[in-house]
Amino acid sequence: MSREHTNSVGLTAYPRAVLVRLAEKRAVWPLLALALILVVDGFISPEFFSIRIVEGHLFGSLVDVVYRSMPTAVVALGMAVVIGTKGIDLSVGAVIAICGAMITWRLHMGDPPLIVLGAALAAALLCGLWNGLLVALLDIQPIVATLILMVSGRGIAQMINLLYGGTDPSFSSDFFAAISTGHLAMLPSRLFVGAGIFALLWLLMRRTAFGLFVEAVGGNAAAADLAGIDAKMIKLAAYLVSGLCAGLAGVVITADTHTSDPVSAGLYIELDAILAVVIGGGSLAGGRVYLGLTLLGALIIQSLTTSILMSGVPPEYNLVVKALVVLIVLLLQSHKFRARIRRSARPAGKHLP
Amino acid sequence: MRSRNWLSGIVLGAGMVFAASAASAVTIGFSQVGDEGDWRPAFSKDMQDEAKKEGIDLKFADAQGKEENQLKAVRAFIAQRVDAIIIAPVVVTGWDQVLKEAKAANIPVFLADRDVDVADKSLYVTRISADFNLEGRLAGAWLAAASKGRCNIVELQGTTGSAPAIERKKGFESVIALFPDMKIVKSQSGDFTTDGGKKVMEAFIKATDGLKGICASFAHNDNMQLGAIQAMKEAGLHPGKDVLMVSVDYVPAMVTELKAGDANASVELRSAIGKYIYPVVLEYLKGKKDWPKWVKIPSDVHTAADVK
Repeated sequence: MSREHTNSVGLTAYPRAVLVRLAEKRAVWPLLALALILVVDGFISPEFFSIRIVEGHLFGSLVDVVYRSMPTAVVALGMAVVIGTKGIDLSVGAVIAICGAMITWRLHMGDPPLIVLGAALAAALLCGLWNGLLVALLDIQPIVATLILMVSGRGIAQMINLLYGGTDPSFSSDFFAAISTGHLAMLPSRLFVGAGIFALLWLLMRRTAFGLFVEAVGGNAAAADLAGIDAKMIKLAAYLVSGLCAGLAGVVITADTHTSDPVSAGLYIELDAILAVVIGGGSLAGGRVYLGLTLLGALIIQSLTTSILMSGVPPEYNLVVKALVVLIVLLLQSHKFRARIRRSARPAGKHLP
Repeated sequence: MRSRNWLSGIVLGAGMVFAASAASAVTIGFSQVGDEGDWRPAFSKDMQDEAKKEGIDLKFADAQGKEENQLKAVRAFIAQRVDAIIIAPVVVTGWDQVLKEAKAANIPVFLADRDVDVADKSLYVTRISADFNLEGRLAGAWLAAASKGRCNIVELQGTTGSAPAIERKKGFESVIALFPDMKIVKSQSGDFTTDGGKKVMEAFIKATDGLKGICASFAHNDNMQLGAIQAMKEAGLHPGKDVLMVSVDYVPAMVTELKAGDANASVELRSAIGKYIYPVVLEYLKGKKDWPKWVKIPSDVHTAADVK
């Protein structure tokens, strides 16, 4: 692979070399995909890039994309860490449902908002602990271990809702509205929550040994163990991180519509989160964690969703269109695919001046 | 030894007396889909309450959304030799065999809510349910009157391909087709959820520059409309005033919005439908055998004026 690249760099003019080197930067292809989707959006709706101030905050489709991508992005960050350990967490959607039910239940019981927030995040951490124990201590395959909570979690959420009757699972709380749909310095407040989580995780992964340990465990758990890394503890910690991230997303999603909806809250978000990680260059084989690129992946997915909603495509085609675009993005990401395209394009390229 | 025989004789006798007393009341087996959403648990509770009122011995089975559970429940009802079976089907297909078994055992089957797809329609007596198409027509008729037949509409569709989404859309479109100046300008699926409705309405607001030129929002259920109301308020719009809001279901939260003036009309999907279902079953058992294949439960439009 690398020989082919040095050849082309050596033989061609300087700008081409820059392009080739750029093409090998991981961020380029996701960025290109995002740019393409946004350009198409510009054609679909001329209003797409306009950002105005409405009721004292920024308002526009671009703001929507960032705003709406936040829950998926936060879940995807936690997922990136778990996938880094060669694991996977399918239960995040169910954790979101459980958090929603916890919030609604405790608010109905009249707890102060901070206590409610604490209870919801504690429930999420407990879910993470459960997954972590199954995976790390009992050595159950992650996909099976987290499937248990994925299937049972929504039932647990429904049972929590029964604790207060559950006939009217809505609530009103200024505190939770402020976290989710409120604004701070003209920007949606949830973006600050998301940025805070990102900063914390980035510090944890890149400024402490934890990130190195995660990638070591994901790359080769046995070798990491021999090198003196406690692989079990690292895995357990990863599922705790993922649980907490899902919990925060659950708080934001629940506060968004101020209602607990155990059946559909965060439905299929695990798939979007995994997709964000993969678009961001993460490998399901573990050993790699790219937090920034994962955010980019979440943005791509949301901009795609938003543009489908804006475009007027009949809803029957939504999922097919989404699948096609995702396929194209992943093909762009693939070294093998790009190499094949380059090889088939080369004979034609020679005739050009 | 002898005393134990005596004892079992007494127990057996008591059991027979108990069975005989139960047999004097009408016994109906009811296989319910599950308990998803707000509507279905209310429907289940009403069926149980109404059964008590009518003196019916109701055997209730929750299929938890799975057809195999439902088939098991129906076969259990047949084995128990109930007088009649009511099924709220999970899915439309796969019913021929078990309905034939019920017919062979001479137990009449009634459908509630959803339809089934069987080759031989005589396998069930009738279907008793609301008419989704009528709900759509009622919503369209209300909107036509309220907008004087001139209206650009955004539509929040239910889950793509689901029967209520298809029929409510068809019914609504059939009415607005009568008015040349009424048309749906944007239509997307909000999956019947508050969250979905909110996201779709947010996109509509951006795509139409703050719902400029839009006169109404039609949602296939109240939950999506509740989400749409939130999205509009967050964008500084006034639902119910700038834009007419009409939806289907009439859930408690929608009543609150109607009172507050944030919504204008909601077509009721009744959950208290036991009083429409049991009379059909009881009359059939008494001898009235000629029922149309679909007994429709009437719908009603509720507006802000009704709830004040």
